[in-house]
Amino acid sequence: MTDSQIIKVNNLIKDYTMGKQFFRALNDINLSVKTGEFCGLVGPSGSGKTTLLNIIGALDNPTGGDAIIMDKSVNALKSKEAAKLRNESIGFIFQTYNLLPIYTVYENVEFPLLLLKKNKRDREEAVMRALEWVGISDKANSKPNQLSGGESQRVAVARAMVKLPKIVLADEPTANLDAANSHNILKTLQKLNSELKTTFIFATHDEKVIGYLRRKIILGDGKVIDDININ
Amino acid sequence: MIKFLIKGLLRDHHRSLFPILIVSFGVLLTTVLYSFINGELNDLIDSNARFDTGHLKIMTRAYNTMASQMPNDLALTEVEKLILSLNIRYPDYDWTARIKFVGLLDVPDENGETKAQNPIFGLAVNLFGKNSKEGERLNLAKSIVRGHVPEKPREILISEEFAKRMNTVIGHPITLLSTSSGGAIAVQNFIVCGTVKFGAAVMDRGAMIADLSDLQYTLEMPNGASEILGFNKKNYYDPDETKIIKTNFNSLFSNAGNQYSPLMLTLEDQNELGEYLQYITVLTLVIIGIFLAAMSVVLLNTGLMSGIRRYGEIGVRLALGQSKDQIYKSLLYESALIGFIGSVTGTALGLAVSLYLQEFGIDITETLRNTSIMMSNIIKARISIASFYIGFIPGLLATLIGTALSGIQIFKRQTASLFKEFET
Repeated sequence: MTDSQIIKVNNLIKDYTMGKQFFRALNDINLSVKTGEFCGLVGPSGSGKTTLLNIIGALDNPTGGDAIIMDKSVNALKSKEAAKLRNESIGFIFQTYNLLPIYTVYENVEFPLLLLKKNKRDREEAVMRALEWVGISDKANSKPNQLSGGESQRVAVARAMVKLPKIVLADEPTANLDAANSHNILKTLQKLNSELKTTFIFATHDEKVIGYLRRKIILGDGKVIDDININ
Repeated sequence: MIKFLIKGLLRDHHRSLFPILIVSFGVLLTTVLYSFINGELNDLIDSNARFDTGHLKIMTRAYNTMASQMPNDLALTEVEKLILSLNIRYPDYDWTARIKFVGLLDVPDENGETKAQNPIFGLAVNLFGKNSKEGERLNLAKSIVRGHVPEKPREILISEEFAKRMNTVIGHPITLLSTSSGGAIAVQNFIVCGTVKFGAAVMDRGAMIADLSDLQYTLEMPNGASEILGFNKKNYYDPDETKIIKTNFNSLFSNAGNQYSPLMLTLEDQNELGEYLQYITVLTLVIIGIFLAAMSVVLLNTGLMSGIRRYGEIGVRLALGQSKDQIYKSLLYESALIGFIGSVTGTALGLAVSLYLQEFGIDITETLRNTSIMMSNIIKARISIASFYIGFIPGLLATLIGTALSGIQIFKRQTASLFKEFET
């Protein structure tokens, strides 16, 4: 893996057993992602994009082949090491925001830093900076149930970005948003990508998202059908 | 992180307030139940000891075989000498002689004719002895309903209930008809100086208290007594110590071949109290055990419900990089805090209720109207050292075990399914 390659996937296979049968979700996937890419796994439901995102995010192990994430083989990671990798280097953005409802916006964004055992001053600075990035610092003391969908997803973005991860994995981040909010979020993510050089990988079939991607890895039936770079 | 978890506990009432209420309630009930049973048990021991069995009792072997008939012809003799010996050998116990007897009390009218007559159970105790604690032991001064405690020979107390039934007037003479130790009819006039409420139904139905020397004279038992009772001077029944004393005494003084030789019994050897106490102890453990098991199940269920409610939160925490171990530990810390607060609250409330029941009790006079068991009409709780932890420790453990068991689900969770779960 070269210095600029942050993710390298080699001959990746993922099978799921269903009773006595098995289902091959990923079939001999080979790809690499460079630092700072703004790319997406694109394909219809069942094409394997979320499964691939899971493995890149060290949430799942491959059946065959390997995924090397920041020089670490996902196959070799134990559960605690995988958690550490996610904690230190990977940010997640979910389709349904998944904010912790009893905590304020500030506390939700602060949570990943608590896991990293950052001191209070560092946490305060990082949280306020992240909230400013997504333009929601005035909502710091609000609870998630007081936010709109777009605002909630902005908080989720701030939570993913606050620890300055090397990689952000976003699974259908605009699926629950209207067009205006979707574009706002995507522009914010694009801006963060260009300013912070964070690598973004989306799993999506949403045309709005696809329009922003600079690289489209097209998946179909668990295989890479096409890999399109847009410069 | 701890501050973060505490904030969560304070804000999410389902996570903190409700489990704390459940734990508090369970611990409160356990503490009160234990204190109540403890109070009953101690009252039973105390009542029986004071009125009947002592912590230790000495009778002749022959008297013991027919003790229920109170055969004073088989009573102890040379009692003063024996008590002197007991005081030297077992100085931690207060030794006192008593005569138990039955007879008829005859209440005459102004012409000396019988106005009323009723069978009576009598207890002659050392009322006027210099160092006697019998009056205090039988709580006579506080039990007086009318009149006063005996101040001179031939004055007696009778139970208030009995006095009303017999239309007895305080200060008027009354005649006891009984059987002397030689088998002859014994007749003696007494003055009723007061009436008492013993607080034990079996005594209140019809009992008289007289001085020991009066009955020794009346029943022709000079220096004799039905029994000698021994009371721990610390006013505490120690089963182990009494057994040692009994064995020692019987090996020195008792002779199986001589039916008039003295025989010592412990409280538990008498009136089937030993079995009864064992029964109550086992029953207490069973009740508390069932109670705790039920509380544990409720808390386990609460833990499971909480786990279901927090499924999403735990998923996010896993995705954000918290390990399963860390999440499991944090849940245990939370439950330890909840268990601690709930157990402290429950114990404090339980002790408060127990203290109230210890002071005021519950009056069960009507329930005991026809019983022959020697127990107080007012049942009271009793706070002991165990009252402080009997609910606290299980409350804390049940909360922790409930969470520990329900939290195992975290380890079964597939992180690979998180994205899929979050989409639904």
